[in-house]
Amino acid sequence: MLNDALAELAAEERGATLELTVNNHPGVMSHICGLFSRRAYNLEGIVCLPQGDGATSRMWLRVNENAKLQQVMRQVEKLPDVLALVHHPAEHEIFSLVGRFTA
Amino acid sequence: MYEMNGARAIIGLLERQGIDTIAGIPGGANLPLYDALCDSRSIRHVLCRHEQGAGFLAQGIARSTGKAAVCFATSGPGATNILTAIADAYLDSIPLVCITGQVPTSLIGTDAFQEVDIYGLSIPITKHNYLVRSAEDLLRIVPEAFSLALSGRPGPVLIDVPKDVQTAIIRFARWPEPGCRREVPAADGEAIAQAARLIDAAERPILCLGGGVIHGGASDLARELAEKCSLPTTMTLMGLGAMPADHPLALSMLGMHAARSTNMALQECDLFIAAGARFDDRATGKLVEFCPGAGIVHMDIDPSEVSKLKTATVGLVGDVRHTLAALLPLVRRGSRGTWRQTTAMLRRMYPMTLPEATVPERPYGLILKVAELLDEEAVVVTDVGKHQMWTAQVYPFSRPRQLLTSGGLGTMGFGLPTAIGAALAMPGRPVVLFTGDGSLQMNLQELATAVEQRANVKILVMNNRSLGLVRQQQRLFYNERHIACDFQLDVDFCTIARGYGIPSFNAPAGCDLDSLLRQVFAIPGPCLVNVHVGREEEVYPMVPPGAANSEMLGGFYAERCPC
Repeated sequence: MLNDALAELAAEERGATLELTVNNHPGVMSHICGLFSRRAYNLEGIVCLPQGDGATSRMWLRVNENAKLQQVMRQVEKLPDVLALVHHPAEHEIFSLVGRFTA
Repeated sequence: MYEMNGARAIIGLLERQGIDTIAGIPGGANLPLYDALCDSRSIRHVLCRHEQGAGFLAQGIARSTGKAAVCFATSGPGATNILTAIADAYLDSIPLVCITGQVPTSLIGTDAFQEVDIYGLSIPITKHNYLVRSAEDLLRIVPEAFSLALSGRPGPVLIDVPKDVQTAIIRFARWPEPGCRREVPAADGEAIAQAARLIDAAERPILCLGGGVIHGGASDLARELAEKCSLPTTMTLMGLGAMPADHPLALSMLGMHAARSTNMALQECDLFIAAGARFDDRATGKLVEFCPGAGIVHMDIDPSEVSKLKTATVGLVGDVRHTLAALLPLVRRGSRGTWRQTTAMLRRMYPMTLPEATVPERPYGLILKVAELLDEEAVVVTDVGKHQMWTAQVYPFSRPRQLLTSGGLGTMGFGLPTAIGAALAMPGRPVVLFTGDGSLQMNLQELATAVEQRANVKILVMNNRSLGLVRQQQRLFYNERHIACDFQLDVDFCTIARGYGIPSFNAPAGCDLDSLLRQVFAIPGPCLVNVHVGREEEVYPMVPPGAANSEMLGGFYAERCPC
């Protein structure tokens, strides 16, 4: 019981990872990051790489929001450059891989 | 095969969109665009005196017709000047396409003359924006911009076009289809059924119509719902006109400067049905005390608005017109006699006005006199301030798009250029602008545009020689420590107007307002009337900023109010 509660708490602390497919052009990063800063959503980490022929990019956002997460996702989905959004309830493997460089 | 430069392609695409009027100002970086405009037979260009005026003039077209309107500005200062009008369109969800010139691609990022990153600057205040990197892209971007501006929740889109993109030659086989509004379906059927059950079960429901009902062309269906279920109906500032003010179910505006009776009824209600409204703080007051104990049904086309501020019992995400159409057959006809008697009694006990406040010498009297002389064809534009709230409180709006006002951003200076735009879009209709001496001076230069365009705008300056709402807040909440709210100079607006060639009149206290206004409304083209308003005339009732809507200061019969 206590373990469950602790696990839940830990999951909450970890926030979520949003995996986006976006149009790849020079302004798309500004659109995404600007949305987080102007709406006061906590963005803890970003990884972004072009995919395929370079027309689109894949972006992983580590988001430190629980109560506002639904709102964050709806706002992100509204951006015309966001083609798809996948929600991972906890931290994504990509951040632990990249994390090695900051260790 | 067509062959032309980017600028001609833009003008061709705008013509194919059906654009007949563009407001703007030329400059170095958009000269190719203006050169291409020389050859257009169907587009009339309206030269403004400030880019902000051009942005608002386009808004006047968009707000009065519901169609997307276009404005042009050059790079740098031209582009930064137009930003306020874009931000204003963003907050009130107005479809606008702004095309700015930019320095040539090779100079971007070098701090070139009149270079500013308008793409970066406009991200937070547009639905979407583009920096066009090749002229071929214009064939995709321009129609897409219109489609985005008009679809879903409408809003402004900015297209920044470097000068070399305007001059580059492109070849293409066919024109793309014009961008149009993409249909959004009704909300989920099960959610609509659930909302219908909540409405049927409610004893004291209130329907609230916001600007979304007007944008969505859903006023008639909203009224049908109100009538079928006997729902007392309030409107936000942006929703005024969605239901005629004289309708037996209409409760007038809610919020900071609402009729006392409306806010009191909201305290009592057990179901708040919001249609195309976004729970703005000026409408709800302190959110946790708004409609305490009421369930919330929230219809909105924008999924991020539902439960953004107030958790909805049932959220209906979809086109409000389709949603209402699906909801109507599911709800039971009801009379709700007791609840309607309660709201009617509140309205009788706490009237918005009293006979002594509606004499022609007082603000309400002027506004009601104007309403008396005009019919529902008239377009009413306001600026921002006391005159705006007085107009919202008492003008008997009877149709959607009759009132054009800056709601979300509250931009002083909005009125004059917007009124000109409305007059150009609606030829033959009288356009009356209620403005203040503070607001008018924020875009006063557009008097020249009004004259050049022979815009049928009647400008009524409610002149209290001060920034009235600032003055009122200092009096009420800052211990009457008045600073920077009273103008030292009593501007002679009639002389100014005459300088522009505009007929003008002073309306001193005690003048025959009826015959003066009849004379003014009979004059074709622009005309200005300067009306003296006492500095002590306040906007009441008033909910202090941050307080609950039940805490209303001032107004008639305040002492009767138990709250």
